[in-house]
Amino acid sequence: MLAFILRRLAQSIAVLLTVGLVSFFLFRYIGDPINSLVGQDTPAAEREALKEKLGLNDPAPVQFLHFIENAARGRFGLSYRTSEPVSRMILERLPATLELSFCAAVFALAVGIPMGVYTGLYPRRWSSRLFQAVSLIGISLPTFLIGILLILVFAVMLHWLPSFGRGQTSTFGWWTTNFTSWKGLEALILPSITLGLFQLTLIMRLVRSEMLEVMRTDYIKFARARGLSNRAINFGHALKNTLVPVITVTGLQLGSLIAFALVTETVFAWPGVGQLFIQSVQFADIPVMAAYLMLIGLLFVIINLIVDLLYFVVDPRLRGTARVGGH
Amino acid sequence: MADGTSWLHRAADSDIWWSFKSSSLTVLAAVVTVFIVLAAFLSPVLAPHTPFDPSTLSLSDGLKPPAWMADGDWSFVLGTDDQGRDVLSSIMYGTRLSLVVGFASVVVSLVIGIALGLVSGYVGGVTDSIIMRIADVQLTFPAILVALLIDGVVRGLISSQRHDEIAPFVIIGAIGLSFWVQYARTVRGSVMVEKNKEYVQAARVIGLSPVLIMVRHVLPNVTGPVLVIATINLALAIISEATLSFLGVGLPSTQPSLGTLIRIGNELLQSGEWWITVFPGITLAALVLAVNLLGDWLRDALNPKLR
Repeated sequence: MLAFILRRLAQSIAVLLTVGLVSFFLFRYIGDPINSLVGQDTPAAEREALKEKLGLNDPAPVQFLHFIENAARGRFGLSYRTSEPVSRMILERLPATLELSFCAAVFALAVGIPMGVYTGLYPRRWSSRLFQAVSLIGISLPTFLIGILLILVFAVMLHWLPSFGRGQTSTFGWWTTNFTSWKGLEALILPSITLGLFQLTLIMRLVRSEMLEVMRTDYIKFARARGLSNRAINFGHALKNTLVPVITVTGLQLGSLIAFALVTETVFAWPGVGQLFIQSVQFADIPVMAAYLMLIGLLFVIINLIVDLLYFVVDPRLRGTARVGGH
Repeated sequence: MADGTSWLHRAADSDIWWSFKSSSLTVLAAVVTVFIVLAAFLSPVLAPHTPFDPSTLSLSDGLKPPAWMADGDWSFVLGTDDQGRDVLSSIMYGTRLSLVVGFASVVVSLVIGIALGLVSGYVGGVTDSIIMRIADVQLTFPAILVALLIDGVVRGLISSQRHDEIAPFVIIGAIGLSFWVQYARTVRGSVMVEKNKEYVQAARVIGLSPVLIMVRHVLPNVTGPVLVIATINLALAIISEATLSFLGVGLPSTQPSLGTLIRIGNELLQSGEWWITVFPGITLAALVLAVNLLGDWLRDALNPKLR
């Protein structure tokens, strides 16, 4: 167990360092750190002095170490576009993205698991077939098209829900939240559905196929023979055993949710980090791109690590093999 | 089919043709795909207007609704956008660009993936470790993010006007570079099996160079599974291009693909001009669904275990 955790930690750090290296190359060689600090008419001598002072004349490995050190402290320099500190720009927008991703994940789980259980228990009902067909469409349509469709129906035609922005938010320290007012919650509905729909179909199909498999096993037959109620069998015995893959997929998809939020944020003009990233790509704002890359890399690595550790909590069999086999 | 050539006879008797015929959904998908592809590539002949020639445009034709609605005009069947461009013709030209970019980026990722997979599997050792670790790190990120990043880097290197001129090539490269990992892994796996077989040893014994062995002898035996993945990824590549263009970092509005058209229309959606977005959207959805279904069918039809 300990050896496994250590090995996973080492792998995570290696991935992070590689991502850091890519960010460093972007920051140092594609962008020009000096130009982001001084005006157009700064004399060459002054630029040179600044270069020396910032350590840009040091050997590349030394510069890389400095870059990693600064990144660890959250210093990514100034944006080319707005001349603001990159870390502040990202921190300001992070709550919007995290709240959106959280709601999308809750939506996907809360609707996807029951739909999966239903279609898995009664695969031959026409409603199950309907769910299946709809999920095929949900899985093959691009996210932005679904978002536009929702806007067209619920905002433009029916005027039920707002189609852009966060609506009303309140601020606690640096965290701005949508959860305190009805207007803020209203603004969350369409973006969350758009972002969560792909994950929903994925979870639904996964739970369905796992349920179909589990219902065929002997212990379900024995549970029936023991006279347990359908409810106890379906949820206590069957669903519980489908949860390991669901946890994996949900965990891994959480990272993609935050990354894919950039499409949804563009469709709904949602002021999150994804929108910031798109703007920085359009303006070739390298420091913001480098910082976003590091942030997403860090999130993915942490999530993967947590998912791996959760296996040990959820699946007692793994704990046994880890001790015996020494992974 | 009965009086066809012997090649046609063989095709008509084959398992693949039988499995194709027996799935009505697949036949429908094929019909839709062929229809869209033909309409797209014959657009210079079939399209009623030339939407990207400014001399044929007139602002007085702008924002016309589809022909069957009040104020509609039958010379603009699906309506016009704010510049007076015919929506139907824009869709035909745009689909052609979407198809070309999608297809080309699949080819690029295939070439990169097969080459790296061959080298990785055949040479092994440190080379293999390096290539596969790069693949692992890239897999950490969603492909669309990698493509965006590559596009952003190119924008940092060249001027924005120049970028607009070569935009299709940038997008092909960006999508191609973000999808190679799956091919490389598959090819590497098959190469590691193939390279210990006798025909490879024989080729080595008679003194052929490693490059010749890889390309002439190993490659033909490992391409089958990769080509199936490539068909399925074609839909994914079309979606990626549409997404990038929709985000405003793909093809510019001077040479719009379906994604660009949807983005242009999206800006007018709030004021009620739904047709500028909805028709390109339907075309994209139909194309992607049909290609997806065809890819799924091909994967199952070519998999002997499922027969």
